[in-house]
Amino acid sequence: MSFLTLSHLEKTYPDGTKAVHALDLLVAEGEFIVLLGPSGCGKTTTLRMIAGLEIPTAGSISIAGADVTNLRPSERDVGFVFQFYALYPHLSVRDNIAFPLAATGMAKKDRTLAVDEVARRLGIERLLASFPRQLSGGDQQRVSLGRAMVRRPRLWLMDEPLGTLDADQRLAMREFIREQQRALGVTTIYVTHDQEEAMSLADRVVVMEGGRIRQAGAPAAVYDDPASLFVAEFVGSPGMNFIPGEIDADGAFHPRGAGGAARGSERRTADGGAITLGRHLRAGPATLGVRPEFVRPRATGAGIQGRVLMEEYLGSTRIVHLDCAFGRIAMRAGADRAAIAGETLSVGFDPEHARVFDHTSGERL
Amino acid sequence: MNTLGAVPAKPTEDSPSQPSPFLEVRGLRKAFSGREVLHGIDLEVGPDELLVVLGPTGAGKTTLLRLLAGLDEADGGAIVMAGSDVTSMAPARRDVSLVFQNFSLYPGWTVRRNMEFPLRAPGRAMSEAAIAERIAWAARLLRIEPLLERPAQRLSGGQMQRVAIGRAIVRRPRLFLMDEPLTNLDAKLREALRVELVVLRRELRTPMVYVTHDQAEALSMADRIVVIDGGRVLQTGTPEAIYRHPASPTVARQLGQPAINLLRATLRDGNWCAADGTPLMTAGAVGNAAATPMGDVSGGAVIGVRPEDLSLTGGAHPGSVRLVEDLGPTRLAVIQWAGGEQRAVLDKSSTVAVGDQVLPSIAPDRAMLWAADA
Repeated sequence: MSFLTLSHLEKTYPDGTKAVHALDLLVAEGEFIVLLGPSGCGKTTTLRMIAGLEIPTAGSISIAGADVTNLRPSERDVGFVFQFYALYPHLSVRDNIAFPLAATGMAKKDRTLAVDEVARRLGIERLLASFPRQLSGGDQQRVSLGRAMVRRPRLWLMDEPLGTLDADQRLAMREFIREQQRALGVTTIYVTHDQEEAMSLADRVVVMEGGRIRQAGAPAAVYDDPASLFVAEFVGSPGMNFIPGEIDADGAFHPRGAGGAARGSERRTADGGAITLGRHLRAGPATLGVRPEFVRPRATGAGIQGRVLMEEYLGSTRIVHLDCAFGRIAMRAGADRAAIAGETLSVGFDPEHARVFDHTSGERL
Repeated sequence: MNTLGAVPAKPTEDSPSQPSPFLEVRGLRKAFSGREVLHGIDLEVGPDELLVVLGPTGAGKTTLLRLLAGLDEADGGAIVMAGSDVTSMAPARRDVSLVFQNFSLYPGWTVRRNMEFPLRAPGRAMSEAAIAERIAWAARLLRIEPLLERPAQRLSGGQMQRVAIGRAIVRRPRLFLMDEPLTNLDAKLREALRVELVVLRRELRTPMVYVTHDQAEALSMADRIVVIDGGRVLQTGTPEAIYRHPASPTVARQLGQPAINLLRATLRDGNWCAADGTPLMTAGAVGNAAATPMGDVSGGAVIGVRPEDLSLTGGAHPGSVRLVEDLGPTRLAVIQWAGGEQRAVLDKSSTVAVGDQVLPSIAPDRAMLWAADA
């Protein structure tokens, strides 16, 4: 039984813009859902409708079996988690964090325990007796996040709560959010455009585009088996590589511009460009997708030829961007070997890791 | 991802490459209301180099950039461009282009008019034909040709930032100054544009100072990085040199995501041990020894291990797995070990799960070591 149900949820603005199209989503109790997508995909509008800050133009929302579509935000018992709340300057860190618990009727002993737990997870135990003005900016942000997540509402709604934090701080906060959510078991809807944040936090990632859900699934499932070109490109950093080409009558894939299928079989075998797919697909144009980590250098002459456009050094890995006849390919390489801009490389991949998409609709085949 | 096509020929002649740096900054100081925010910055930018200035919020990055552009006046030190002192020169005469974090376009104007603006500045007597040619060239480079007649207010964030970059390049300045130009964009767009900016700059062969707090931008885009904090330069070097041989734990924490594991350690019977007594590794040569003198370690040391270098096997003292995140190509594990939380980046195929006991170990040649008071 789902805890939060969105059925045929729609939002059309007075000017006719449709921000959300007939959206259906079932969320289990305690589940951590991340709505992921680019600006304008409808993720924030969806969150605001769940909160009651926007009224849907069609469809319904229910929480724990009760229809809340027309309830005021305050009647829904949802907790909003923003990036930063001002702290009460005259209250200690402990009293700041405990503040939302005062109205809950929780016993004093339990309140103390809840605050201790939050402080431990945030690594700020030693600051509990301090006052906000004595804290660094980063510690103030920790405290404010702790206060936002100390109480146990029916739902937590988070709209890019890590917004503009420095990288260090972001990661620590991300881990706190995940741990606190696990511990308290509060059903959570989290909105972000950052795919790494989505992957690391979610039980289920819901990828949105143009007001519609494009795919919903466990992070690994969305990453490994994207339902469309859009999802394949949006999830992953960099996104999946795409190779346009043609599937021949024998079910082999021929990249465009590498001596394609149309040019005759003798050419095909000579250039080694054909890729044998694991299963038989209908002949015709198609797009092959492969993640950068599966692209590997090959002996010269075999595989796909590309000129090194640039290399992005990222510390633990390097991303090599290649210009190929059909477009660009990104290869995730080890940290130790550098590629030189302008040099020509031959690359290939195990066909087992290839995903095939319809070349016009972009849907997975 | 959008790609930059073949780069059209430049409308003007190539500038000859020079062996000496294009930009030299010496002992640059700046105070606001009596409080000094830059305490003597030294840096150099080669004639065909992308220098990234990396630092946290409040490090003094934007102040530095404004001094270079001439928007603020320095209180001490010198700025030299192409051999001549420009420290007190008016912004317009420096011939540099600045791109800000906020897309500063005139919303009602078309893209074309926005881009033409710097070419129509008083004193620039360019012919209409030359202006049109220059705009066409920049639009082709940035792939915004179809947008030229569109009003700026109807552009997406990514399109606006391309136009802002277009407006910066049409003048063919001597130096580009970029102040976190990608920060306000979606993660996905940022990732694409950072590649395009590097490729574009290489084609233009114009030096660039690029300011950011984003370590991934710094590592991936820079020819060299200057790490600054608190108005001081902490380290200068290639991305790889700074990542592998950071001069201090502070610098080490600024590069790499997830951040490096830092453990306080003391020497006991030939072993470096954590505060809780866990032996971390044997004393001897460490990864950064060549770059960093160990200094006096009698007061203890700080050991740094990048998350990709922390092995979860081979050790003797168990740690427990508190959290595992699936990041796509890799997995991130948070381990309670050696008196604190350590992070390890694991292969996608790893089956480590929350609650597992593991035996972490540190390979000395992948570790870094600094004297505790460093």
